Amino acid sequence: MEKIYSRTTTIQEDKVSGFCPGCMHSTVIKLIGEVLDEMNLVDKAVCITGIGCCGLHMDYIAYDTITAPHGRATAVATGMKRTSPDSLIFTYQGDGDFASIGLGESISTANRGENITVIFINNGIYGMTGGQMAPTTLLGMKASTAPKGRIAEEHGYPMHMCEILNQLTAPRYLERTSCNTPQNVIKTKNAIKKAFQNQLDGKGFSMVEIVTSCPTNWGLDPLDALDFIEQKMLPEFPLGVIRDR
Amino acid sequence: MAMIKVIAERCKSCQYCIRYCPKQVLAVGKNVNSKGYEYVEPVNQEACIACCMCARICPDGAIEVYK
Repeated sequence: MEKIYSRTTTIQEDKVSGFCPGCMHSTVIKLIGEVLDEMNLVDKAVCITGIGCCGLHMDYIAYDTITAPHGRATAVATGMKRTSPDSLIFTYQGDGDFASIGLGESISTANRGENITVIFINNGIYGMTGGQMAPTTLLGMKASTAPKGRIAEEHGYPMHMCEILNQLTAPRYLERTSCNTPQNVIKTKNAIKKAFQNQLDGKGFSMVEIVTSCPTNWGLDPLDALDFIEQKMLPEFPLGVIRDR
Repeated sequence: MAMIKVIAERCKSCQYCIRYCPKQVLAVGKNVNSKGYEYVEPVNQEACIACCMCARICPDGAIEVYK
């Protein structure tokens, strides 16, 4: 019998991921590892992680990581790419990091068209710090800083980062995917592969926004969180290629 | 002949694999692993068609597929 699927070797064999049950950070880390493996880039890759749950994987992966100050991952990535142009530089950030605290850096980096890749995890909430409201939190969705749910008059509306960056001239590739079904997992993997290939080809700024769940802070069990993605998150954050040129 | 193997220590019992298996091969077992999760076990191994849906959706890479 031949083994046709097993976990990527970029994750240490004896380690178990540190994320909660059903957390799709683990899925995305797995996919990044698979893509790096397939493209033979493990030795060239440098992952710049933001602050938050997105940094929890750095103990057990085979490629290099740098943890940037909160929100500044794209700025650190800019410096890394300019001083080490042969490396594959990608940031791995959550919504609290990329869309809130690092909004200035994120938009400026995209506006300069830096030749880096951004993997942006959108789960609509601050995960590690205890379920506070993020810029991407849906209207009516409860968070620890919005106990009655997000209200537009008080908190504004959910931010759509792909569409915001689509207003700029420089970005080359913006896609929104999800990991809620096996089909979407495969699409996410292909999107990450394309974003890395764009960087190798010197095309410029690429971003993959991945709509994921946070069962712990949403207060749902993992299967109900899958339904929540399907019924609530995806109508607000429609999937697809926003820009590819 | 297809077969799946669940690595019990990696499983966190999120049950994504059970939802997306088209042949109902998997179910939550009665045993727990060292972290206290009731890990998923194959209960209908003969029905497996090695489509890898369970392994792809599994966040923790706990499922290996053989063919």
